Amino acid sequence: MTEMSGADMVVQALVDLGVDTVFGYPGGAVLPIYDALFNHPTIQHVLVRHEQAATHAAEGYARSTGKPGVVLVTSGPGATNAVTGITDALLDSIPMVVLTGQVSTALIGTDAFQECDTVGITRHCTKHNYLVMDPDRLGPILHEAFHIATHGRPGPVVIDIPKNVQVATGEYVVPEKIQHKSYRPQVEPDADAISQAIDMIAAAERPIFYTGGGVINAGPDASAALRQLVSLTGAPITSTLMGLGAFPADDPKWLGMLGMHGTYESNMAMNRADLIIAVGARFDDRVTGRLDAFAPEAKKIHIDIDRSSINKIVPVDLAIVGDAGRALDALIAAWADKGHRARDLGEWWRRVDGWRATRCLDFPEKKDAGADIMPQRAVKALFDATRGRDPIITTEVGQHQMWAAQHFGFSAPNRWLTSGGLGTMGYGFPAAVGAQIAHPNRLVICIAGEASLQMNIQEMGTVSQYRLPVKIFILNNEWMGMVRQWQELTYESRYSNSYSDSLPDFVKLAAAYGWTGLRIDTLGELEDGIKTMIETPGPVIVDCRVAKLANCFPMIPSGAAHTDMILQPSDVTGTMDDEAKALV
Amino acid sequence: MKIKTEAGERHVLAITVDNEAGVLAKITGLFTARGYNIESLTVADISSDHALSRITIVTNGPPPVIDQIIAQLDRLVPVHRVIDLADGGAHVEREIALVKVAGTGDKRIEALRMADVFRAKVVDTTLTSFIFEITGNSDKVDRFIALMRECGLVEVGRTGVVAIGRGSEAL
Repeated sequence: MTEMSGADMVVQALVDLGVDTVFGYPGGAVLPIYDALFNHPTIQHVLVRHEQAATHAAEGYARSTGKPGVVLVTSGPGATNAVTGITDALLDSIPMVVLTGQVSTALIGTDAFQECDTVGITRHCTKHNYLVMDPDRLGPILHEAFHIATHGRPGPVVIDIPKNVQVATGEYVVPEKIQHKSYRPQVEPDADAISQAIDMIAAAERPIFYTGGGVINAGPDASAALRQLVSLTGAPITSTLMGLGAFPADDPKWLGMLGMHGTYESNMAMNRADLIIAVGARFDDRVTGRLDAFAPEAKKIHIDIDRSSINKIVPVDLAIVGDAGRALDALIAAWADKGHRARDLGEWWRRVDGWRATRCLDFPEKKDAGADIMPQRAVKALFDATRGRDPIITTEVGQHQMWAAQHFGFSAPNRWLTSGGLGTMGYGFPAAVGAQIAHPNRLVICIAGEASLQMNIQEMGTVSQYRLPVKIFILNNEWMGMVRQWQELTYESRYSNSYSDSLPDFVKLAAAYGWTGLRIDTLGELEDGIKTMIETPGPVIVDCRVAKLANCFPMIPSGAAHTDMILQPSDVTGTMDDEAKALV
Repeated sequence: MKIKTEAGERHVLAITVDNEAGVLAKITGLFTARGYNIESLTVADISSDHALSRITIVTNGPPPVIDQIIAQLDRLVPVHRVIDLADGGAHVEREIALVKVAGTGDKRIEALRMADVFRAKVVDTTLTSFIFEITGNSDKVDRFIALMRECGLVEVGRTGVVAIGRGSEAL
């Protein structure tokens, strides 16, 4: 092995690990690595305008490709700015490796310039982290970090590298096989549990599949296996926000998303089911509603790669620890081996169809050309206009995110990038940048709210620099809509600080960055506006003005059961008590 | 509105971890971040090559919370093994306390007599003080300290619990 500098080892390891893109921002403590990356033949460095955006762009890259996202930032503020995106990746199980510069080892602990305790700060928002004190350790640690980020339940890994470790020379060692001493996630499901599970599925009268981001993380084959198993059993299927796309939205067995802003039919079916098959989903509070009223009649099978997700919130009858794809394959094989046949679920489907008949996603609207655009209509029009183009959709966080989840139909995985667990406003636009970098020829659209977008709007410069054809479609209602909705429902319409005052002129802003900007004011302009956005080459920002006070329904109010959904504004009564307020 | 808390039961967890910087912070941080209790914690290097440490944590919580604590600990990258000693059948627990008692006359004599009953050793003495070393389970140590409060107790140091399963099986 040849002697090389720590910085060269970092770059060599990235090459060896197949990394083609790094999102980052330089600074004093990472200058040696930046120098090693200078004019690199295979690694593209994407210069963002804020480190938080680098992490979300890496998430967008990872979620849309299935490969880990890589981030490179400096010490101190570079690292602290990255913390939000690192935490976001932890909560949504996104594989990511973040390289942070650190002050030289002799200066650590002295409150040196741009020093912060990066491993201390990120200890609880990473899957694992490292402080590398010896250049000889860089090779093994980088390879191990990618292994940990991508194996088992994926997540972010931080590697903090002091500047003198980047400059010092040592031996670059590539481990032959990563066999971590203690980290050995269980991937293969237990055969007995699979056998029990398939018997329970075959015997159920009112089964429902409840799937999540774990199916997406398990790769496209897992989505294919899910489709096959659902088709074999004939059972209805719902999914979490993170799981959208694993099952095609135009399939008759698809009930739509479940949970707080899920469909009536999903939530009612969960409540009345006699068997819930949870696959790669974690019974989040936004999904379960009031716990003591959650799926009271159902036996529960829980397939998850993370043992700590099992029985964390909802006690289950049968746990299967393993990769979602392997477990689904095993279930399909067991179904055939045992000669199971789909039972007649006609009675169950008649009840489901009854709930469907409420048409819970319908919304009141005026149809004349001069009418205000309902935000739901805008999402539906965007969906209709992009059919057949296989777009990648990212969102920010809030009402627009829920409307996108409800009204945009996905038929394949890795096309829907949204911040579910952490709920990070400012995620969507940089995630779109990351997705567009990974897929230069695809249509990438960020459905944004005017408030969320401003949290990372500086990335317009990044888009211009790399000539990315990202489209931003703003549902502009001049409010932090979800905050305003909660204040209306919970705090007697005292709209404390939720008005989006002093908004920029987004069309002029587009011009300032060399983008195309356009504004849609009325229903009559909607279709043409969307068409122009899609057909205009290069980046486009669309300021789509929508009805200002529309609320996102259906909705399970906080602290309520699946059966207590608010379907329309007229169902809203009174104010919430403190117990409900505290549940968030 | 009042915040409610649930009653729990006491469990002793033995955790083997990589003996590396930051691992203890990771584990104690997990307890604080997720709102679990730590009643006592001991840690020391246990392997000949100094690669492994054993952490003994006494915690308290309802059974589903204990199960969750074990699962959360088990998925940490530097954690090799987590054992709930209550699950493994009978186990032995010990802690050591150093107890300083100051005084003269009857109280001093009484302190010495009770120390004898508890099989506490005198490890230091002056004309006006004793330091006792007592080893036992936490209840015994608690009771000894409570009695010494009546006999001029001035200072206590305790190690916290170490524990190990009975029989020939190893962790």
